[in-house]
Amino acid sequence: MKLHEFQAKAIFKKWGIPTPEGTVAFSAEEARQIASEMMADRYVVKAQIHAGGRGKAGGVRIVSTPEEVGIAAGEILGMNLVTHQTGPEGKEVQKILVEAASSIKQELYVGVLIDRKLYRPVVMVSAEGGMEIEEVAQKSPEKIFKEWVDPLVGFRDFQGIKLGFKLGFDARLSRKLTAFLAKLVKLFEGIDASLCEINPLVLTEENTFIALDAKLSLDDNGLSRHPDLAELRDITEEDPLEVEASKYNLNYIKLDGNIGCMVNGAGLAMATMDMIKLSGASPANFLDVGGGANAEMVENAFRILMSDTKVKAVLINIFGGILRCDTLATGVVEATRKLHVDRPIIIRLEGTNVEEGRKILNDSGLDFQVADGMGEASEKIVSIIQSFA
Amino acid sequence: MAILVNENTRVLVQGITGGEGSFHTRQSLEYGTKIVAGVTPGKGGQTFEGIPVFDTVEMAVSKTGANATVIYVPPKFAPDAVMEAADAGIEVIVCITEWIPVIDMVKVYTYVKSRGSILIGPNCPGVITPGARCRMGVMPYRVHREGTVGIISRSGTLTYEAVGQLGALGLGESTVIGIGGDPIIGSKFIDLMRLYRDDPDTEAVVLIGEIGGTAEEDAAAYITEEAYPKPVIGFVAGLTAPPGRRMGHAGAIISGGQGGAEEKIAAMKKAGIHVVETPADIGNTVLKALKKR
Repeated sequence: MKLHEFQAKAIFKKWGIPTPEGTVAFSAEEARQIASEMMADRYVVKAQIHAGGRGKAGGVRIVSTPEEVGIAAGEILGMNLVTHQTGPEGKEVQKILVEAASSIKQELYVGVLIDRKLYRPVVMVSAEGGMEIEEVAQKSPEKIFKEWVDPLVGFRDFQGIKLGFKLGFDARLSRKLTAFLAKLVKLFEGIDASLCEINPLVLTEENTFIALDAKLSLDDNGLSRHPDLAELRDITEEDPLEVEASKYNLNYIKLDGNIGCMVNGAGLAMATMDMIKLSGASPANFLDVGGGANAEMVENAFRILMSDTKVKAVLINIFGGILRCDTLATGVVEATRKLHVDRPIIIRLEGTNVEEGRKILNDSGLDFQVADGMGEASEKIVSIIQSFA
Repeated sequence: MAILVNENTRVLVQGITGGEGSFHTRQSLEYGTKIVAGVTPGKGGQTFEGIPVFDTVEMAVSKTGANATVIYVPPKFAPDAVMEAADAGIEVIVCITEWIPVIDMVKVYTYVKSRGSILIGPNCPGVITPGARCRMGVMPYRVHREGTVGIISRSGTLTYEAVGQLGALGLGESTVIGIGGDPIIGSKFIDLMRLYRDDPDTEAVVLIGEIGGTAEEDAAAYITEEAYPKPVIGFVAGLTAPPGRRMGHAGAIISGGQGGAEEKIAAMKKAGIHVVETPADIGNTVLKALKKR
């Protein structure tokens, strides 16, 4: 789960990690008010959306007076920000963060995430603060320094000192950095984060470290033990169909193709999307109905698929294990009747109770195209696409 | 022979009295799996389908000689269940449980390694050796037949898909292993490919991968380094997956420009793996590779 910068900074504060003074605002007037109470020399107004690259896209302004804060806020709010992480459709700005500007001596990058090769958290620092770190990693990986957190002994001081000296700091500053990083690792583990990035981390004129930016993503598997953090989910940042699907525990991701698909199992669901693409069409979604799906879940899934107006046809691909084919067939038949579906439906069923499932489909009197195997399902998609052309 | 589990495997079920645990224990018994004990703390002394239930793994092991365990306990208790099994000296631990927090798995993985146990999963369908009728997990056993193909897979239903095709062609499996869809899993492709290499019952290995992490690239590098002696057939799901999204499995995510399917497929092809474009081709590609031998 992604968090907004202002939410991440509130968490930072709680864990003793310094951040600039700031408050979130939802209107220009509110922003002006916040700034005038802050009484800083300069202010930063930052768009709050679930994506990086906001500065480049025009979502961050530095201004001098509360009045200018109000004007900047008015301009940013409602803007459709397009960054390298939002996709071409962009994201509308609904809230902004108003902060007191900090004095900057040096900008750094700090990140903590799980190293999937070494199976432990890795702490990364770089003097290339403010740059896109993916770009630094690709062009000059030697400028990123790493230390791994041993699961048995945790992040040790010597590791922070090593990183400090690699960044060119003296002993005193290296110790300060170490204390900062130790807190960050504690936070990372303590809140079940999956990614924690500060870019830039700022060394101020007063030689203190302050998190000018904050990016936090949480491990969905850990959310159940942090109900307070689970509440920070911002559904206005998500696709409405995805929000709807999540109410029924359906694993649905909206894409922009024309063939909807409903599959059981994440791997088979991805493979089905790939197959649709190979057939010359493009997948409208990822949808894993899961192993424990019942007829009601199947019906809801179907309704969500069909409410995507781009969908021209639907492919249902089920290899029944725990999910029985007859359960699935019943759900599909009921949903097709209730929703008066007029678009072609290709169904491929295999596995537990497949005969019963096929019988339910055949006896329904509805016009399903039943495919035997994934190869035949693919052929049927090809012929459907040709009929559109 | 096969790998990991065989006719000498004495299976323990942790969480045997729970919903999932009891359902799949009955299925495995039906199949013919030698289940010798169950563990549910607080229910020691009871029996389930004639199988003695113990309070702790240690007691179960000392009374029944269990040497492998399958874990069906909720995510909150699963990390402890795995470590308890490792502590009791269980050789093969299969953890079916989904939704274990990643930071917990960091510790669990390190602990299990230090005890010398082999962990399969979490978030996986389990392990099955059809020749020994040993089923530890949730797979629909009816599709499996005894044979010489080894399968290592990050995806449950894609495994059933592959197994179904092999069966239709008259082929079968030595041992099939669902390694799990999480970012941190006990055994990766490489760990198990070593075991298949030394198993006389296995003539070919199928790797079913997906986006996220570098396990497929690592497997490819291993095949090249070792001049792997058996044909390997591969598939990678997720060519059309958008970056930054968790595709069902916690581990199936392209992040920071890493973990995409194209890079994996390229690395696998370079290593001489027979990579199929669609899972529909897994069966006949295995057949071709076996005939060439």
